[in-house]
Amino acid sequence: MQNALSVVVDSLPYLLQGSFLTAGIVVFAMFLGLFIGIFMSVGLVYGNRYIRNILTVYVWIFRGVPVVVLLFLFYFGLFSFLGLNFSAFATVSIVLGMTTGAYQANIFKGAILSLPQGQFKAASALGMSDIQAIKSIVLPQILRLSIPAWSNEYSIILKDSALAFVIGAPEIMARTQFVASRTYQHLSLYITAGIIYFLLTWAGVIGLRKLEQYVRIPGYSQHGNQ
Amino acid sequence: MMTDKKPILRVKNITKSFGDVTILNSVSIELAKGDIKILIGPSGGGKSTFLQCINCLVMPDSGEIELDNERIQFTRKQDIYRLRQEVGMIFQDFNLFDHLTALGNITVPLRKVKKMSKKEAEQRARLELEQVGLSDKESLYPAQLSGGQKQRVAIARALAMDPKILLLDEPTSALDPTLIGEVINVIKGLAVKGMTMIMATHQISLIHNLADEILFMEDGRIVEQGPPDALLAAGNKSKSQGFCDLLNELSEVEG
Repeated sequence: MQNALSVVVDSLPYLLQGSFLTAGIVVFAMFLGLFIGIFMSVGLVYGNRYIRNILTVYVWIFRGVPVVVLLFLFYFGLFSFLGLNFSAFATVSIVLGMTTGAYQANIFKGAILSLPQGQFKAASALGMSDIQAIKSIVLPQILRLSIPAWSNEYSIILKDSALAFVIGAPEIMARTQFVASRTYQHLSLYITAGIIYFLLTWAGVIGLRKLEQYVRIPGYSQHGNQ
Repeated sequence: MMTDKKPILRVKNITKSFGDVTILNSVSIELAKGDIKILIGPSGGGKSTFLQCINCLVMPDSGEIELDNERIQFTRKQDIYRLRQEVGMIFQDFNLFDHLTALGNITVPLRKVKKMSKKEAEQRARLELEQVGLSDKESLYPAQLSGGQKQRVAIARALAMDPKILLLDEPTSALDPTLIGEVINVIKGLAVKGMTMIMATHQISLIHNLADEILFMEDGRIVEQGPPDALLAAGNKSKSQGFCDLLNELSEVEG
């Protein structure tokens, strides 16, 4: 017991260093996903048949193939095939970003479809172009509506980032496994890793809830419209 | 009266179908400056679709629209944006932008479409809010306003764009009876100022007091049209007369 505790204490700075990398992966992936998701959702709702079909295929690929398979496929396959020399960190961030992008596209699509259609009509009637209406009227509202679903996505991506260890990115999971395999203190070390992940999830979800309240439209209740 | 004034809007033979259902069957209308034409008739008669065709919110299948003697090409986006800037629209359910204050609802289109500076747009918006009696509500969001206030903001928003013509699609029918009066007063004020309008409404006081001409729409056609004195004259057997009698009876029941 003595030994277990001292191993955890000694290795904690080393493990926490990994949490910076984990946080980096999650932040990069979430913002890449946001970027992909916004453009895709607009295409899925307002695009013509060809655009919608292409985007739907993208969604199905990233929804249907496991993240681990995608990691190996991109890191050992696709990137070297294309002659790109991306680090494990970059690969994980991109793969997770593209994956969450597919899910975020559906989140935003649902939010766009839930907006009263009349607002877009009113914007058009005032002479605004479709792009102006999307930018000034649709996006500001759907991003607000999407924060709860977005924070789910955040916790999923945070936990999926642990898969980065399979291609050797030195994040929390990889470091924990490294220490555990040398000290044999599996129980205490994985509990510690679990707690670190839990705290990161908790902090992010609380932060997003604060953001949701901060950007809330006055007069609307927290739970849907009116 | 019509002949001595040049029409500013000419809408000719508008036809629109959704699938097999013909919603509008060759509907035409001409408007001179200051004209107020009122569309009445049963729901499903095509009034709303017709109004939305006039500013191309619904694309007509065929027909012609001429604004100030210039033909609008339905395939040219620039033509359509110009048409929409000149022809304002008021909706039954207001369609305010939920995430913007009363002021923001007016300034955003001014800044995006008219490319006004923030300061210019706010000045203009405040002027319009004052006109509809809502100066003290500029920082409230739609969800904090009553229905009548929302509709007045919507009217201010449309007027801020300096439209030549205003289309009103049943502007009072989503309001409860206690709030109708404030919106009617604003619309009457517009009429006094000489605003050119086409309005679909079942509000008997608007029909009687404002209409230069009544157009009765049924099954996607204008089946009757003429000045209210003629159509609604006592003893006249017109459809419009029958319809307005019905509206009168209803309002007596409500009252």
